[in-house]
Amino acid sequence: MDAITELSYALDTFYFLVAGALVMWMAAGFSMLEAGMVRAKNTAEILTKNISLFAVACIMYMLMGYSIMYPADMVNTWWPGFGDILGRGDNSVEDVLASGGDTYYSGLSDFFFQVVFVATAMSIVSGAVAERMKLWAFLIFAVVMTGFIYPMQGFWNWGGGLLTGDEYGIGYFDFAGSGTVHLCGAVAAFAGVLLLGARKGKYRTDGSINPIPGCNMPMATLGTFILWLGWFGFNGGSELKLSNIEEANAVALVFVNTNMAAAGGVIAAMLVARLLFGKTDLTMALNGALAGLVAITADPLSPAPLGATGIGALGGMLVVFSILALDKMKIDDPVGAISVHGTVGMWGVLAVVLSNEEATLGGQLTGIGVIFGWTFVASMVTWFIIKMIIGIRVSEEEEYAGVDLSECGLEAYPEFVGSQGSGK
Amino acid sequence: MKLVTAIIKPFKLDDVREGLSEIGVQGVTVTEVKGFGRQKGHTELYRGAEYVVDFLPKVKIEAAVATDMVDKAIEAISRAANTGKIGDGKIFVSSLEQTVRIRTGETGPDAL
Repeated sequence: MDAITELSYALDTFYFLVAGALVMWMAAGFSMLEAGMVRAKNTAEILTKNISLFAVACIMYMLMGYSIMYPADMVNTWWPGFGDILGRGDNSVEDVLASGGDTYYSGLSDFFFQVVFVATAMSIVSGAVAERMKLWAFLIFAVVMTGFIYPMQGFWNWGGGLLTGDEYGIGYFDFAGSGTVHLCGAVAAFAGVLLLGARKGKYRTDGSINPIPGCNMPMATLGTFILWLGWFGFNGGSELKLSNIEEANAVALVFVNTNMAAAGGVIAAMLVARLLFGKTDLTMALNGALAGLVAITADPLSPAPLGATGIGALGGMLVVFSILALDKMKIDDPVGAISVHGTVGMWGVLAVVLSNEEATLGGQLTGIGVIFGWTFVASMVTWFIIKMIIGIRVSEEEEYAGVDLSECGLEAYPEFVGSQGSGK
Repeated sequence: MKLVTAIIKPFKLDDVREGLSEIGVQGVTVTEVKGFGRQKGHTELYRGAEYVVDFLPKVKIEAAVATDMVDKAIEAISRAANTGKIGDGKIFVSSLEQTVRIRTGETGPDAL
């Protein structure tokens, strides 16, 4: 019996770590997607942001985020306290064997899996504020977001806080984080964009939209495929366990549903774009894939594959309308992150009630309200303080020349285009 | 001596080069350029919003030829670059005062 417990402990830990590594790879997906959707003169800076935010997220989550989100002894269901900051030890052999299989993965593998999630939430922000934000203002926000804002609302859901805890019993259901990860990241981005304003030249004086095409569609497509791959870890790993027949079947269903939802999202977004614009917009198809993935993330385990395709497809339709609506409101989001992760994140949370009897519409709506409210207010305050102290936006001249030069001092493609000649 | 300058559609460059070679033109200079004529620009679509591309990409070919070659050169370019659709381009002919082959110092028609 002990041998089986040890073996399944090892297998589940291994599964958890590999899933975490897949989610880590999503950082590459976000980098490529964002680098493809901005102008060439802002590419090096967005890449710098992506790799540095990942590092900031890892360090901040180790220092304080993890213990806020998963406290050993919470003060109460809305305030986790700072009791065991800087981590705790891993499970001992005796404890695991004595648990008889209830403790089935390494504590550090859980930390690793969680840390790549917070990096994902932070990656969402970087695309929305691209091409005009100061690099270091963004990184200061990343410190607060990954160390405190995200872990707080993460605690309310997965850490046993007020959204899922027994004390209040709101009964919020969010399997892998349509709300907790994606909506949270999108709302933080939304608050930032509101304070930051649109890119220079995006909206004409008569109010019409002046599109600013991304510089590299192959890269944006590669990024989307990488995210799609990483999502198998994101959702598949969130099952947390693989080592028996039931769990193995569940993981397989999660993989299939995740894949189907993305497929549904692509087709729906393409069809809507074709009907609305008369052309099949690739960027909408890419956003559609991600919308499908975000939509299924709140519950990839309850629907059948056909249902998952439908949930993803509705996400894909929604994302196109959301992108157009935000543009009408002059909320400038170069990569569509707020629509993909925010609008569709909310849809994903609500879609849970379609196939999961445990979830209630009231519980899901409360969850959305709590995540949105907390993240928006906390992010707005943080962005505002940063704006007051060092400013969040580069000067108009620097924006025209490209933030590659003003922030990084180098260009992404020095051999191909001059610093003044790229973009408009 | 004349300088024949032709603005053509980029995808016709190979045809024009072959046409000029066939009639004995010894060399051309090619530049990628942008501009507009009667074709004006065209509209493109990005994430649901249209925008106008004012200047279209074209190729500029410059060939220095002897005076008695000018008509043949014009005909060769016209034949090769003609698609019958708007935006085929234009040919300009201007007189050329002097030509020097740098390597040998030859001047005039000998240097062409």
